[in-house]
Amino acid sequence: MFEAILIAGFGGQGVLSTGQLLAYAGMVEGKHVAWIPSYGPEMRGGTANCGVTISSRPISSPVVSEPTVLIVMNRPSLEKFQNSVVKGGIIFVNSSLIDLRASRNDVRVFYVPANEMAEELGSGKVANNIILGALIELTGVVSPGAVEKSLQEVLPPHHHKTIPLNLKALETGAKLVRNGQKT
Amino acid sequence: MAKILMKGNEAIGEGAVRAGCRYFFGYPITPQSELPHYLAKRLPEVGGLYLQAESEVASINMVFGAAGAGARVMTSSSGPGISLMQEGISYLAGAELPCVIVNMIRGGPGLGNIAPAQSDYFQATRGGGHGDYRVLVLAPSSVQEIIDLMQDAFDLADKYRNPVMLAGDGVLGQMMEPVILDDEIKPPSLPEKSWAATGRMGRDRKNLINSLYIVPENCEIHNLELGRKYAAMEESEQRWEDYHTEGAEMVLVAFGTAARVCKAVVDMFREEGRPVGLLRPITLWPFPWKRVSALADSVRCFLTVEMNMGQMVEDIRLAVNGKRPVRFYGRVGGMLPVARDVYREALKILDGGAD
Repeated sequence: MFEAILIAGFGGQGVLSTGQLLAYAGMVEGKHVAWIPSYGPEMRGGTANCGVTISSRPISSPVVSEPTVLIVMNRPSLEKFQNSVVKGGIIFVNSSLIDLRASRNDVRVFYVPANEMAEELGSGKVANNIILGALIELTGVVSPGAVEKSLQEVLPPHHHKTIPLNLKALETGAKLVRNGQKT
Repeated sequence: MAKILMKGNEAIGEGAVRAGCRYFFGYPITPQSELPHYLAKRLPEVGGLYLQAESEVASINMVFGAAGAGARVMTSSSGPGISLMQEGISYLAGAELPCVIVNMIRGGPGLGNIAPAQSDYFQATRGGGHGDYRVLVLAPSSVQEIIDLMQDAFDLADKYRNPVMLAGDGVLGQMMEPVILDDEIKPPSLPEKSWAATGRMGRDRKNLINSLYIVPENCEIHNLELGRKYAAMEESEQRWEDYHTEGAEMVLVAFGTAARVCKAVVDMFREEGRPVGLLRPITLWPFPWKRVSALADSVRCFLTVEMNMGQMVEDIRLAVNGKRPVRFYGRVGGMLPVARDVYREALKILDGGAD
Protein backbone atom coordinates (compact mmCIF):
# COMPACT_ATOMS: atom_id res chain seq x y z
CA MET A 1 0.00 0.00 0.00
CA PHE A 2 1.09 3.57 -0.64
CA GLU A 3 -0.69 6.84 0.05
CA ALA A 4 0.82 10.31 -0.29
CA ILE A 5 -1.54 12.72 1.42
CA LEU A 6 -1.33 16.49 1.17
CA ILE A 7 -3.27 18.53 3.74
CA ALA A 8 -3.53 22.26 3.09
CA GLY A 9 -5.31 25.25 4.58
CA PHE A 10 -4.85 28.44 6.55
CA GLY A 11 -2.27 28.56 9.32
CA GLY A 12 -4.21 27.88 12.51
CA GLN A 13 -6.68 25.43 10.97
CA GLY A 14 -4.68 22.55 12.39
CA VAL A 15 -3.51 21.07 9.11
CA LEU A 16 -0.04 20.27 10.50
CA SER A 17 -1.37 18.49 13.58
CA THR A 18 -3.96 16.58 11.52
CA GLY A 19 -1.09 15.33 9.40
CA GLN A 20 0.87 14.34 12.50
CA LEU A 21 -2.12 12.41 13.82
CA LEU A 22 -2.38 10.49 10.56
CA ALA A 23 1.38 9.77 10.46
CA TYR A 24 1.33 8.65 14.08
CA ALA A 25 -1.52 6.25 13.39
CA GLY A 26 0.44 4.77 10.48
CA MET A 27 3.42 4.29 12.78
CA VAL A 28 1.23 2.62 15.42
CA GLU A 29 0.22 0.11 12.74
CA GLY A 30 3.85 -0.63 11.93
CA LYS A 31 3.80 1.05 8.52
CA HIS A 32 6.51 3.26 7.11
CA VAL A 33 5.53 6.90 7.60
CA ALA A 34 6.98 10.33 6.95
CA TRP A 35 5.56 13.77 7.65
CA ILE A 36 6.92 17.01 6.27
CA PRO A 37 5.57 20.54 6.60
CA SER A 38 5.76 23.36 4.14
CA TYR A 39 8.31 25.65 5.68
CA GLY A 40 9.31 28.98 4.40
CA PRO A 41 8.78 32.68 4.83
CA GLU A 42 5.17 32.07 5.90
CA MET A 43 2.99 34.80 7.35
CA ARG A 44 0.25 34.77 9.94
CA GLY A 45 -3.03 33.96 8.22
CA GLY A 46 -1.16 32.62 5.20
CA THR A 47 -1.37 29.09 3.86
CA ALA A 48 0.16 26.06 5.53
CA ASN A 49 0.42 22.50 4.34
CA CYS A 50 2.00 19.21 5.18
CA GLY A 51 2.65 15.98 3.34
CA VAL A 52 2.11 12.58 4.95
CA THR A 53 3.35 9.42 3.28
CA ILE A 54 2.17 6.06 4.58
CA SER A 55 3.54 3.00 2.87
CA SER A 56 4.25 -0.69 3.28
CA ARG A 57 7.74 0.00 1.92
CA PRO A 58 10.50 2.39 3.02
CA ILE A 59 9.75 5.95 1.94
CA SER A 60 12.12 7.57 -0.53
CA SER A 61 11.37 11.28 -0.64
CA PRO A 62 9.00 12.51 2.08
CA VAL A 63 8.00 15.47 -0.08
CA VAL A 64 4.50 14.99 -1.48
CA SER A 65 4.59 16.52 -4.94
CA GLU A 66 2.02 14.17 -6.50
CA PRO A 67 -0.57 13.43 -3.82
CA THR A 68 -2.87 10.41 -4.04
CA VAL A 69 -5.15 12.26 -1.61
CA LEU A 70 -5.55 16.01 -1.21
CA ILE A 71 -7.41 17.65 1.65
CA VAL A 72 -8.07 21.36 1.14
CA MET A 73 -9.42 23.40 4.01
CA ASN A 74 -9.48 26.76 2.19
CA ARG A 75 -9.93 28.10 -1.31
CA PRO A 76 -6.32 29.15 -2.10
CA SER A 77 -5.22 25.60 -1.33
CA LEU A 78 -7.72 24.11 -3.77
CA GLU A 79 -6.59 26.47 -6.50
CA LYS A 80 -2.93 25.80 -5.79
CA PHE A 81 -2.88 22.03 -5.41
CA GLN A 82 -5.79 20.44 -7.29
CA ASN A 83 -3.76 19.92 -10.46
CA SER A 84 -1.01 18.07 -8.60
CA VAL A 85 -3.26 15.17 -7.57
CA VAL A 86 -2.56 11.92 -9.42
CA LYS A 87 -5.12 10.67 -11.92
CA GLY A 88 -7.66 8.55 -10.07
CA GLY A 89 -6.77 10.25 -6.79
CA ILE A 90 -9.07 11.81 -4.24
CA ILE A 91 -9.77 15.42 -3.27
CA PHE A 92 -11.61 16.38 -0.09
CA VAL A 93 -12.93 19.92 -0.26
CA ASN A 94 -14.00 21.76 2.89
CA SER A 95 -17.14 23.19 1.33
CA SER A 96 -17.89 25.29 4.44
CA LEU A 97 -15.13 27.67 3.41
CA ILE A 98 -14.70 26.93 -0.29
CA ASP A 99 -17.38 28.11 -2.70
CA LEU A 100 -15.52 26.72 -5.70
CA ARG A 101 -15.91 23.37 -7.45
CA ALA A 102 -12.81 21.37 -8.27
CA SER A 103 -11.98 21.55 -11.97
CA ARG A 104 -10.64 18.00 -12.22
CA ASN A 105 -12.81 15.28 -13.70
CA ASP A 106 -10.28 12.45 -13.50
CA VAL A 107 -10.26 12.28 -9.69
CA ARG A 108 -12.91 11.60 -7.05
CA VAL A 109 -14.01 14.77 -5.29
CA PHE A 110 -15.83 14.88 -1.95
CA TYR A 111 -17.38 18.11 -0.73
CA VAL A 112 -17.66 18.12 3.04
CA PRO A 113 -19.16 21.07 4.95
CA ALA A 114 -16.67 20.30 7.70
CA ASN A 115 -16.89 23.49 9.74
CA GLU A 116 -20.69 23.41 9.90
CA MET A 117 -20.73 19.74 10.81
CA ALA A 118 -18.08 20.33 13.46
CA GLU A 119 -20.08 23.23 14.93
CA GLU A 120 -23.08 20.90 15.16
CA LEU A 121 -20.96 18.49 17.17
CA GLY A 122 -19.98 21.29 19.49
CA SER A 123 -16.73 22.81 18.20
CA GLY A 124 -15.52 24.08 14.84
CA LYS A 125 -12.04 23.01 15.89
CA VAL A 126 -12.69 19.37 14.97
CA ALA A 127 -13.51 20.17 11.32
CA ASN A 128 -10.26 18.52 10.19
CA ASN A 129 -11.14 15.28 11.88
CA ILE A 130 -14.47 15.06 10.09
CA ILE A 131 -12.56 15.00 6.83
CA LEU A 132 -9.91 12.71 8.30
CA GLY A 133 -12.66 10.28 9.33
CA ALA A 134 -14.00 10.29 5.77
CA LEU A 135 -10.50 9.75 4.37
CA ILE A 136 -9.85 6.77 6.63
CA GLU A 137 -13.20 5.20 5.84
CA LEU A 138 -12.67 5.62 2.12
CA THR A 139 -9.03 4.54 1.80
CA GLY A 140 -8.42 2.33 4.83
CA VAL A 141 -4.96 3.89 4.98
CA VAL A 142 -5.01 3.44 8.76
CA SER A 143 -7.58 1.89 11.11
CA PRO A 144 -9.90 3.99 13.30
CA GLY A 145 -8.41 2.17 16.30
CA ALA A 146 -4.90 3.35 15.45
CA VAL A 147 -6.14 6.95 15.20
CA GLU A 148 -7.89 6.66 18.55
CA LYS A 149 -4.68 5.38 20.15
CA SER A 150 -2.65 8.12 18.45
CA LEU A 151 -4.90 10.91 19.75
CA GLN A 152 -3.63 10.06 23.25
CA GLU A 153 -0.05 10.50 22.08
CA VAL A 154 -0.38 13.47 19.74
CA LEU A 155 -2.65 15.63 21.90
CA PRO A 156 -0.97 17.20 24.94
CA PRO A 157 -2.49 15.87 28.21
CA HIS A 158 -4.46 19.05 28.91
CA HIS A 159 -6.35 18.47 25.65
CA HIS A 160 -7.20 14.83 26.38
CA LYS A 161 -10.66 15.90 27.47
CA THR A 162 -11.37 16.69 23.81
CA ILE A 163 -10.69 13.11 22.70
CA PRO A 164 -14.38 12.01 22.82
CA LEU A 165 -15.33 15.00 20.64
CA ASN A 166 -12.50 14.23 18.21
CA LEU A 167 -13.64 10.61 18.00
CA LYS A 168 -17.20 11.76 17.32
CA ALA A 169 -15.89 13.96 14.49
CA LEU A 170 -13.95 11.06 12.97
CA GLU A 171 -17.03 8.82 13.15
CA THR A 172 -19.23 11.54 11.61
CA GLY A 173 -16.83 11.77 8.67
CA ALA A 174 -16.75 8.01 8.28
CA LYS A 175 -20.55 7.91 8.22
CA LEU A 176 -20.62 10.41 5.36
CA VAL A 177 -18.66 7.98 3.23
CA ARG A 178 -20.63 4.95 4.38
CA ASN A 179 -23.85 6.74 3.44
CA GLY A 180 -22.40 7.37 0.03
CA GLN A 181 -22.35 11.13 0.13
CA LYS A 182 -20.39 12.50 -2.79
CA THR A 183 -20.13 15.71 -4.78
CA MET B 1 12.39 1.08 23.91
CA ALA B 2 9.95 3.76 22.86
CA LYS B 3 8.95 4.31 19.25
CA ILE B 4 7.97 7.89 18.67
CA LEU B 5 7.49 10.24 15.76
CA MET B 6 10.24 12.82 15.76
CA LYS B 7 11.40 15.73 13.63
CA GLY B 8 14.95 15.48 12.25
CA ASN B 9 16.13 18.71 13.86
CA GLU B 10 14.77 17.62 17.24
CA ALA B 11 16.38 14.21 16.82
CA ILE B 12 19.77 15.92 16.45
CA GLY B 13 19.14 17.66 19.78
CA GLU B 14 17.95 14.53 21.56
CA GLY B 15 20.78 12.50 20.04
CA ALA B 16 23.29 15.07 21.27
CA VAL B 17 21.88 15.04 24.82
CA ARG B 18 22.00 11.24 24.87
CA ALA B 19 25.59 11.36 23.62
CA GLY B 20 26.52 13.48 26.63
CA CYS B 21 26.55 16.91 25.02
CA ARG B 22 25.77 19.50 27.69
CA TYR B 23 26.65 22.77 25.97
CA PHE B 24 25.16 24.40 22.91
CA PHE B 25 25.99 27.78 21.45
CA GLY B 26 24.22 28.89 18.30
CA TYR B 27 22.27 31.41 16.33
CA PRO B 28 18.94 30.68 14.60
CA ILE B 29 18.64 30.09 10.88
CA THR B 30 16.11 28.17 8.79
CA PRO B 31 15.94 25.22 8.16
CA GLN B 32 17.52 24.13 11.47
CA SER B 33 15.96 26.45 14.07
CA GLU B 34 13.94 23.65 15.69
CA LEU B 35 17.27 22.26 16.91
CA PRO B 36 18.31 25.23 19.10
CA HIS B 37 14.64 25.59 20.05
CA TYR B 38 14.60 21.99 21.28
CA LEU B 39 17.90 22.27 23.14
CA ALA B 40 16.89 25.55 24.80
CA LYS B 41 14.30 23.47 26.68
CA ARG B 42 16.11 20.14 26.85
CA LEU B 43 19.62 21.06 27.98
CA PRO B 44 18.59 22.72 31.27
CA GLU B 45 16.64 19.52 32.10
CA VAL B 46 19.92 17.57 32.15
CA GLY B 47 21.98 20.25 33.85
CA GLY B 48 23.38 21.57 30.59
CA LEU B 49 23.63 25.05 29.19
CA TYR B 50 22.01 26.54 26.09
CA LEU B 51 23.06 29.96 24.94
CA GLN B 52 21.92 31.91 21.93
CA ALA B 53 24.97 33.86 20.87
CA GLU B 54 24.92 37.25 19.15
CA SER B 55 26.18 35.75 15.90
CA GLU B 56 27.60 32.62 14.31
CA VAL B 57 31.12 34.01 14.75
CA ALA B 58 30.50 34.31 18.47
CA SER B 59 28.88 30.82 18.58
CA ILE B 60 31.86 29.01 17.12
CA ASN B 61 34.28 30.83 19.41
CA MET B 62 32.16 29.91 22.44
CA VAL B 63 32.41 26.34 21.18
CA PHE B 64 36.20 26.81 21.07
CA GLY B 65 36.23 27.91 24.69
CA ALA B 66 33.98 25.10 25.97
CA ALA B 67 35.86 22.45 23.94
CA GLY B 68 39.15 23.79 25.30
CA ALA B 69 37.80 23.26 28.80
CA GLY B 70 37.01 19.64 27.90
CA ALA B 71 33.22 19.87 27.51
CA ARG B 72 31.10 17.98 25.00
CA VAL B 73 29.85 20.92 22.98
CA MET B 74 27.92 21.54 19.80
CA THR B 75 26.77 24.30 17.50
CA SER B 76 24.49 24.22 14.49
CA SER B 77 23.58 26.37 11.54
CA SER B 78 22.87 26.28 7.83
CA GLY B 79 25.00 27.36 4.84
CA PRO B 80 25.39 31.13 5.39
CA GLY B 81 25.99 30.68 9.13
CA ILE B 82 28.46 27.83 8.56
CA SER B 83 30.38 30.13 6.20
CA LEU B 84 30.67 32.67 9.01
CA MET B 85 32.03 29.95 11.31
CA GLN B 86 34.85 28.86 9.03
CA GLU B 87 37.57 30.87 10.73
CA GLY B 88 36.63 29.32 14.06
CA ILE B 89 36.51 25.81 12.59
CA SER B 90 40.04 26.25 11.25
CA TYR B 91 41.18 27.38 14.73
CA LEU B 92 39.41 24.40 16.35
CA ALA B 93 41.14 22.02 13.94
CA GLY B 94 44.48 23.78 14.48
CA ALA B 95 44.13 23.61 18.27
CA GLU B 96 42.89 19.98 17.99
CA LEU B 97 39.65 20.59 19.83
CA PRO B 98 36.76 18.11 19.69
CA CYS B 99 33.31 19.48 18.93
CA VAL B 100 30.28 18.77 16.74
CA ILE B 101 29.07 21.23 14.12
CA VAL B 102 25.71 20.64 12.44
CA ASN B 103 25.02 22.00 8.96
CA MET B 104 21.46 21.55 7.69
CA ILE B 105 22.27 22.61 4.18
CA ARG B 106 20.04 25.00 2.23
CA GLY B 107 20.08 26.39 -1.28
CA GLY B 108 23.00 28.72 -2.07
CA PRO B 109 25.23 30.46 -2.94
CA GLY B 110 24.88 33.66 -0.96
CA LEU B 111 21.56 34.01 0.81
CA GLY B 112 20.10 31.46 -1.64
CA ASN B 113 16.96 30.11 -0.05
CA ILE B 114 15.82 27.88 2.81
CA ALA B 115 15.01 24.79 0.76
CA PRO B 116 17.04 21.54 1.01
CA ALA B 117 20.38 21.24 -0.80
CA GLN B 118 23.73 19.44 -0.71
CA SER B 119 25.75 22.26 -2.19
CA ASP B 120 28.04 22.63 0.86
CA TYR B 121 29.79 19.32 0.11
CA PHE B 122 32.99 21.01 -1.02
CA GLN B 123 32.96 23.37 1.95
CA ALA B 124 32.44 20.47 4.39
CA THR B 125 34.92 18.01 2.92
CA ARG B 126 37.69 20.35 1.79
CA GLY B 127 37.71 22.49 4.89
CA GLY B 128 36.00 25.80 4.30
CA GLY B 129 38.53 27.69 6.38
CA HIS B 130 42.23 28.36 5.88
CA GLY B 131 45.12 25.98 6.34
CA ASP B 132 45.71 22.25 5.90
CA TYR B 133 42.99 20.59 7.93
CA ARG B 134 40.18 18.10 7.71
CA VAL B 135 36.82 17.78 9.39
CA LEU B 136 35.18 14.38 9.71
CA VAL B 137 31.78 14.66 8.00
CA LEU B 138 28.82 12.37 8.72
CA ALA B 139 25.78 12.33 6.43
CA PRO B 140 22.63 10.67 7.82
CA SER B 141 19.70 9.86 5.55
CA SER B 142 16.91 9.19 8.04
CA VAL B 143 15.76 10.53 11.38
CA GLN B 144 16.73 7.26 13.11
CA GLU B 145 20.21 7.47 11.62
CA ILE B 146 20.52 11.02 12.95
CA ILE B 147 19.97 9.71 16.49
CA ASP B 148 22.46 6.89 15.96
CA LEU B 149 25.14 9.07 14.38
CA MET B 150 25.09 11.77 17.05
CA GLN B 151 26.71 9.40 19.54
CA ASP B 152 29.37 8.51 16.97
CA ALA B 153 29.91 12.17 16.10
CA PHE B 154 30.87 13.08 19.67
CA ASP B 155 32.90 9.90 20.19
CA LEU B 156 34.87 10.42 16.98
CA ALA B 157 35.47 14.08 17.84
CA ASP B 158 37.00 13.03 21.17
CA LYS B 159 38.88 10.07 19.69
CA TYR B 160 40.68 12.27 17.16
CA ARG B 161 40.49 15.60 19.01
CA ASN B 162 38.98 17.07 15.87
CA PRO B 163 35.79 18.86 14.83
CA VAL B 164 33.12 16.55 13.41
CA MET B 165 30.41 17.87 11.13
CA LEU B 166 26.94 16.41 10.73
CA ALA B 167 25.77 17.33 7.23
CA GLY B 168 22.03 17.14 6.61
CA ASP B 169 19.61 19.20 4.59
CA GLY B 170 16.29 20.97 4.96
CA VAL B 171 14.26 17.83 4.27
CA LEU B 172 16.03 15.77 6.94
CA GLY B 173 15.67 18.58 9.44
CA GLN B 174 11.99 19.25 8.80
CA MET B 175 10.62 15.76 8.29
CA MET B 176 9.16 13.56 11.00
CA GLU B 177 9.82 9.84 11.02
CA PRO B 178 9.49 7.08 13.60
CA VAL B 179 12.54 6.67 15.82
CA ILE B 180 13.31 4.11 18.48
CA LEU B 181 14.77 5.58 21.65
CA ASP B 182 16.16 3.70 24.62
CA ASP B 183 13.98 4.27 27.67
CA GLU B 184 17.02 4.81 29.78
CA ILE B 185 19.45 7.64 29.16
CA LYS B 186 22.88 6.48 30.21
CA PRO B 187 25.05 8.94 32.08
CA PRO B 188 27.67 10.20 29.63
CA SER B 189 31.00 8.43 29.81
CA LEU B 190 33.55 10.91 28.58
CA PRO B 191 37.16 10.01 27.92
CA GLU B 192 39.69 11.66 30.16
CA LYS B 193 40.92 14.90 28.63
CA SER B 194 44.29 15.43 30.21
CA TRP B 195 45.01 18.22 27.72
CA ALA B 196 41.99 20.37 28.68
CA ALA B 197 42.54 23.82 30.17
CA THR B 198 40.82 23.23 33.49
CA GLY B 199 43.47 24.41 35.91
CA ARG B 200 47.00 23.23 36.59
CA MET B 201 45.99 20.59 39.17
CA GLY B 202 49.52 20.25 40.52
CA ARG B 203 51.07 19.46 37.12
CA ASP B 204 54.50 20.88 36.37
CA ARG B 205 53.26 22.46 33.14
CA LYS B 206 50.23 24.48 32.09
CA ASN B 207 47.81 23.05 29.50
CA LEU B 208 47.67 25.50 26.64
CA ILE B 209 44.99 25.57 23.93
CA ASN B 210 46.57 27.19 20.92
CA SER B 211 46.88 27.07 17.16
CA LEU B 212 49.83 29.47 16.90
CA TYR B 213 53.16 27.93 15.86
CA ILE B 214 55.22 30.98 15.03
CA VAL B 215 58.45 29.09 14.29
CA PRO B 216 58.12 27.48 10.84
CA GLU B 217 60.01 24.34 11.92
CA ASN B 218 57.51 23.81 14.73
CA CYS B 219 54.53 24.59 12.51
CA GLU B 220 55.77 22.02 10.02
CA ILE B 221 55.97 19.38 12.76
CA HIS B 222 52.44 20.35 13.85
CA ASN B 223 51.12 19.99 10.27
CA LEU B 224 52.84 16.64 9.83
CA GLU B 225 51.29 15.40 13.07
CA LEU B 226 47.87 16.60 11.93
CA GLY B 227 48.49 14.88 8.59
CA ARG B 228 49.18 11.57 10.35
CA LYS B 229 45.94 11.97 12.28
CA TYR B 230 43.94 12.61 9.10
CA ALA B 231 45.61 9.59 7.47
CA ALA B 232 44.53 7.45 10.42
CA MET B 233 40.97 8.75 10.03
CA GLU B 234 41.04 7.90 6.33
CA GLU B 235 42.28 4.43 7.14
CA SER B 236 39.79 3.62 9.90
CA GLU B 237 36.66 5.71 9.56
CA GLN B 238 35.32 5.33 6.02
CA ARG B 239 31.66 4.37 6.29
CA TRP B 240 29.08 3.51 3.69
CA GLU B 241 25.94 1.48 3.04
CA ASP B 242 25.65 -0.97 0.17
CA TYR B 243 22.16 -1.35 -1.28
CA HIS B 244 21.95 -4.15 -3.86
CA THR B 245 25.44 -3.51 -5.20
CA GLU B 246 26.18 -7.24 -5.59
CA GLY B 247 26.48 -8.03 -9.27
CA ALA B 248 25.36 -4.53 -10.24
CA GLU B 249 26.18 -3.30 -13.73
CA MET B 250 25.47 0.27 -12.67
CA VAL B 251 25.98 1.70 -9.20
CA LEU B 252 24.29 4.92 -8.17
CA VAL B 253 26.20 6.95 -5.58
CA ALA B 254 24.23 9.34 -3.39
CA PHE B 255 24.11 10.50 0.23
CA GLY B 256 21.49 11.93 2.58
CA THR B 257 18.12 12.78 1.07
CA ALA B 258 19.30 12.07 -2.49
CA ALA B 259 20.18 8.51 -1.39
CA ARG B 260 16.59 7.96 -0.22
CA VAL B 261 15.37 8.84 -3.70
CA CYS B 262 18.01 6.58 -5.27
CA LYS B 263 16.89 3.59 -3.20
CA ALA B 264 13.50 3.90 -4.87
CA VAL B 265 15.26 4.03 -8.25
CA VAL B 266 17.20 0.85 -7.44
CA ASP B 267 13.94 -0.85 -6.46
CA MET B 268 12.40 0.17 -9.81
CA PHE B 269 15.31 -1.43 -11.68
CA ARG B 270 15.45 -4.54 -9.49
CA GLU B 271 11.73 -5.15 -10.06
CA GLU B 272 12.56 -5.35 -13.76
CA GLY B 273 15.44 -7.67 -12.98
CA ARG B 274 18.09 -5.13 -13.90
CA PRO B 275 21.17 -5.18 -11.70
CA VAL B 276 21.42 -1.60 -10.48
CA GLY B 277 22.65 -0.81 -6.97
CA LEU B 278 23.32 2.10 -4.67
CA LEU B 279 26.39 3.02 -2.68
CA ARG B 280 25.54 5.50 0.05
CA PRO B 281 28.50 7.26 1.64
CA ILE B 282 27.85 7.80 5.36
CA THR B 283 31.17 9.58 5.88
CA LEU B 284 31.64 12.30 3.26
CA TRP B 285 35.13 12.83 4.63
CA PRO B 286 36.87 10.47 4.81
CA PHE B 287 35.18 9.59 1.55
CA PRO B 288 34.60 5.81 1.23
CA TRP B 289 37.00 5.49 -1.69
CA LYS B 290 37.99 1.97 -0.67
CA ARG B 291 34.51 0.71 -1.50
CA VAL B 292 34.16 2.80 -4.66
CA SER B 293 37.53 1.61 -5.85
CA ALA B 294 36.57 -2.05 -5.26
CA LEU B 295 33.25 -1.59 -7.08
CA ALA B 296 35.08 -0.06 -10.04
CA ASP B 297 36.56 -3.50 -10.73
CA SER B 298 33.18 -5.08 -11.34
CA VAL B 299 30.56 -2.51 -12.41
CA ARG B 300 30.10 -1.05 -15.88
CA CYS B 301 29.52 2.54 -14.79
CA PHE B 302 28.61 4.88 -11.94
CA LEU B 303 25.93 7.52 -11.76
CA THR B 304 26.22 10.01 -8.92
CA VAL B 305 23.05 11.82 -7.87
CA GLU B 306 23.45 14.99 -5.83
CA MET B 307 21.48 18.06 -4.83
CA ASN B 308 24.21 20.32 -6.21
CA MET B 309 26.00 21.02 -9.50
CA GLY B 310 28.37 18.07 -9.10
CA GLN B 311 30.67 18.04 -6.07
CA MET B 312 30.95 14.48 -4.68
CA VAL B 313 31.33 13.31 -8.28
CA GLU B 314 34.92 14.56 -8.10
CA ASP B 315 35.70 12.22 -5.19
CA ILE B 316 34.10 9.31 -7.03
CA ARG B 317 36.20 10.03 -10.10
CA LEU B 318 39.34 10.14 -7.94
CA ALA B 319 38.42 6.78 -6.42
CA VAL B 320 37.45 5.20 -9.77
CA ASN B 321 40.67 6.57 -11.22
CA GLY B 322 39.55 6.37 -14.84
CA LYS B 323 38.64 2.69 -14.72
CA ARG B 324 34.93 3.28 -15.42
CA PRO B 325 32.77 6.13 -16.63
CA VAL B 326 31.28 8.26 -13.84
CA ARG B 327 28.17 10.21 -14.82
CA PHE B 328 26.41 12.92 -12.84
CA TYR B 329 22.78 13.91 -12.31
CA GLY B 330 21.85 16.81 -10.07
CA ARG B 331 19.02 19.04 -8.94
CA VAL B 332 19.90 22.39 -7.45
CA GLY B 333 18.61 25.52 -5.77
CA GLY B 334 16.52 23.65 -3.23
CA MET B 335 14.91 21.22 -5.71
CA LEU B 336 14.85 17.49 -5.00
CA PRO B 337 15.67 14.74 -7.49
CA VAL B 338 12.57 12.77 -8.48
CA ALA B 339 12.90 8.96 -8.65
CA ARG B 340 11.26 8.76 -12.09
CA ASP B 341 13.72 11.30 -13.54
CA VAL B 342 16.76 9.57 -12.06
CA TYR B 343 15.46 6.25 -13.40
CA ARG B 344 15.12 7.75 -16.87
CA GLU B 345 18.62 9.22 -16.71
CA ALA B 346 20.08 5.89 -15.57
CA LEU B 347 18.20 4.02 -18.29
CA LYS B 348 19.52 6.41 -20.92
CA ILE B 349 23.06 5.60 -19.82
CA LEU B 350 22.46 1.85 -19.53
CA ASP B 351 20.61 1.34 -22.80
CA GLY B 352 21.97 4.15 -24.88
CA GLY B 353 25.58 3.26 -24.27
CA ALA B 354 25.97 6.82 -23.08
CA ASP B 355 28.67 5.59 -20.73
